[in-house]
Amino acid sequence: MRRFALILLVMVALVTPVLAVQPDEMLDDPVLEQRAREISSGLRCLVCQNQSIDDSDADLARDLRLLVRERLVEGDTNKEVVDYVVDRYGEFVLLRPVFDMRTLALWLAAPVLFLVGVIAVLIRSRRRKQRTGSELTADEQAAIDAMLSDGGPDADLTTPPRKD
Amino acid sequence: MSIELGHFALILALAIAVAQTILSFVAWRNPSEGTVAFVRQASLLQFLLVGAAFATLIVAFEASDFSLKLAYENSHTLQPALYKFTAVWGNHEGSMLLWVLILVAFGAAVAAFGNQLTAQLRVLVLGFQGLLNVAFIGFSLFTSNPFERLVPAPLEGSDLNPILQDIGLAIHPPMLYIGYVGFSVCFSFAMAALVSGKIDAAWARWVRPWTLFSWTFLTLGIAMGSYWAYYELGWGGWWFWDPTENASFMPWLAGTALLHSALVMEKRNALKIWTILLAIITFSLSLLGTFLVRSGILTSVHSFASDPTRGLVILGILAVVIGGAFSLFAFRAPSLRAGGLFSPVSREGALIVNNLFLASATGAVLVGTLYPLLLDAATGARISVGPPFFNLTFGGLMVPLLLVLPFGPFLPWKRADLLAVSQRLMAAMIAAVLITVAWSAVLWQGPSMAPIGFLLGFWVMVGSIADLVERGKIGKVPFAKSIARLKGLPRSVWSTALAHFGLGVAVIGIVTVSVYETELVTTLEPGQEATLSGYTVRFVEEVDLPGPNYRSERVNLTVTKGTGIRETHSERRIFVASGQPTTEAGIETFGLSQLYVSMGDRSGAEGRVIRIWYKPWVLLIWLGPVIMGFAGFLSLTDRRLRVGVPRRATNRTAGEAA
Repeated sequence: MRRFALILLVMVALVTPVLAVQPDEMLDDPVLEQRAREISSGLRCLVCQNQSIDDSDADLARDLRLLVRERLVEGDTNKEVVDYVVDRYGEFVLLRPVFDMRTLALWLAAPVLFLVGVIAVLIRSRRRKQRTGSELTADEQAAIDAMLSDGGPDADLTTPPRKD
Repeated sequence: MSIELGHFALILALAIAVAQTILSFVAWRNPSEGTVAFVRQASLLQFLLVGAAFATLIVAFEASDFSLKLAYENSHTLQPALYKFTAVWGNHEGSMLLWVLILVAFGAAVAAFGNQLTAQLRVLVLGFQGLLNVAFIGFSLFTSNPFERLVPAPLEGSDLNPILQDIGLAIHPPMLYIGYVGFSVCFSFAMAALVSGKIDAAWARWVRPWTLFSWTFLTLGIAMGSYWAYYELGWGGWWFWDPTENASFMPWLAGTALLHSALVMEKRNALKIWTILLAIITFSLSLLGTFLVRSGILTSVHSFASDPTRGLVILGILAVVIGGAFSLFAFRAPSLRAGGLFSPVSREGALIVNNLFLASATGAVLVGTLYPLLLDAATGARISVGPPFFNLTFGGLMVPLLLVLPFGPFLPWKRADLLAVSQRLMAAMIAAVLITVAWSAVLWQGPSMAPIGFLLGFWVMVGSIADLVERGKIGKVPFAKSIARLKGLPRSVWSTALAHFGLGVAVIGIVTVSVYETELVTTLEPGQEATLSGYTVRFVEEVDLPGPNYRSERVNLTVTKGTGIRETHSERRIFVASGQPTTEAGIETFGLSQLYVSMGDRSGAEGRVIRIWYKPWVLLIWLGPVIMGFAGFLSLTDRRLRVGVPRRATNRTAGEAA
């Protein structure tokens, strides 16, 4: 049953028949509580699927939420709280992975892919220009191409580009 | 008895698929009339056979025939008839057969509607479609047989997972699968082009409707799944960057890129190699989406080992199909000739920019989804990659894409004058800024990044309207003439504008909810009330109610805004057979905003923990994709797609009008 992944993994894993943050957990100081919520939403519930402790109703998540609030009340900064939790449970609790040597490829994947794409496009268009052996600008080249391929009314350099 | 007939029909379909595949690959160079007819009939027949096999499951489920193991495991006599029906695919084996059914349906559709294809292309495409049929009918039969019997038959079934007992299961998986599987046709066309070496604008014209069709269903399927999660999970989240969601999102991104690059290929005979590659990537991601997730490898490496045969077969099929396709591509792509020339600033150039962003975004999601697995396998280090990562990397690529998007439809093919286009878009830019200022002022709660998001969304929306205004020459010619011009525009122009408009709508919804959503967690007792964002929620009473196959603890509430008062309720259902609970949130819609009330644990003698969210403009998130889906259907009715490949002359006029 659990193998019916498409829906189930999302649903079985994330379903919360009872609510996450309970009124009795909340701090009286709204500023501290707000900070607690912020921190919680970045910490992973260790026994859940990709769910933050802020959204999870698991007992462990509740323990962690209380821990976060405890540290905040004792005067920790947000960073100190997160470091404290990471010390105890490892980097696995961070929904936003840290940037270091191990995650270099992860963080750089998107920008590098994009750059590689841009470079590939540039090289291709350059090579193509060389292959046609012309010193023409791109616009002139496009104009000639328009003449060659259409041979119609477009084949007139004085005609402005069609604005359709 | 009928179960065995269904089983036999599926075996027969496999045998026919094998014959179809072999004959296609042997005879594709010079197919005789007989070959073409055989391949065609074989495709149609497989559809009938798998359809019959699927029907036997439906009959067994509706009759609560628990001698069928699958029905015993996933159904119950008390389930309403609709859920007995949807329970057929509310499990691995049944959903696999649904997947196969849709696959053979697409094969049959190519066979039925492919009369204008050359005999060679038709035989080759159906050959590859047959190969996929062999792989997946075989997978279903040998590793996920849905026809297993239980002797003696149990008297009662063990119930469908309660969360799936929802109308969503009737809509979401079939739509999603139609989207996923539809890309198999693009894949087969790409493979056929690589094998035959023949690829031209006519090829692109053939592939585009299939891409469009699949994309439309995938769009709606994902949106439906998102809304289902939103109302069913009880905490109002609509997107979690969960691996399963990413699995459906990646083919959508790649498919969107394919939709745009196929356009360049069709109109300008350029970007051929890239389009072929995208067709392969898109279907590969569809397969990854369906199977890698299903194998359990994404959830946890350990559950993979729990069913080693199935997992290994899945990996084997993925490796052969994807690896084979990429090898063929690497081997044959250099021999394909590059097509038409164009200046960097042109419609073609804009579509390349679109593809750059979408392909990188697909890559970002793919890497983010698989990286924790790979890192764990390589170093044993366990990390999580969650929403903050995806919002940053994916969002980082979407911002510039949305920024340049409105320019695309304004640029003419071959070459364009960016300055002139910017001038024509100036009015749209000013309008977008003004609307953003007004919108932000209405929602104002202090400084935030939200206006940037709003500006992007409104810019895309206004830009797509500006495209229609420009083409209709509204304000430049008499109004009646403008209307006539707008009516005369090809439907593909309308659908482009609509789809882009829908994207802008979704962006506005996403940004508004993300930034301005409010939440209140409190304990209420009968008679008490709580107020959030001007809405007062009153706890009226709690009642116990029986349902068809569950009993429900229900909290009746009223929602008051100004003088208007509405009744609503939030429920917790405990299912009889499994004892599993589900929640039903009370959702009240005000315009396009919603008030979402969820109940939690008991507190004190009569009290309940109540969680209330005000979600401003949340419906825009799904209204956007619905508009996009509508645009997809509209484009499918475009004359150029209906009549197939026109002659050169009509081709040119159509191309220019767009």
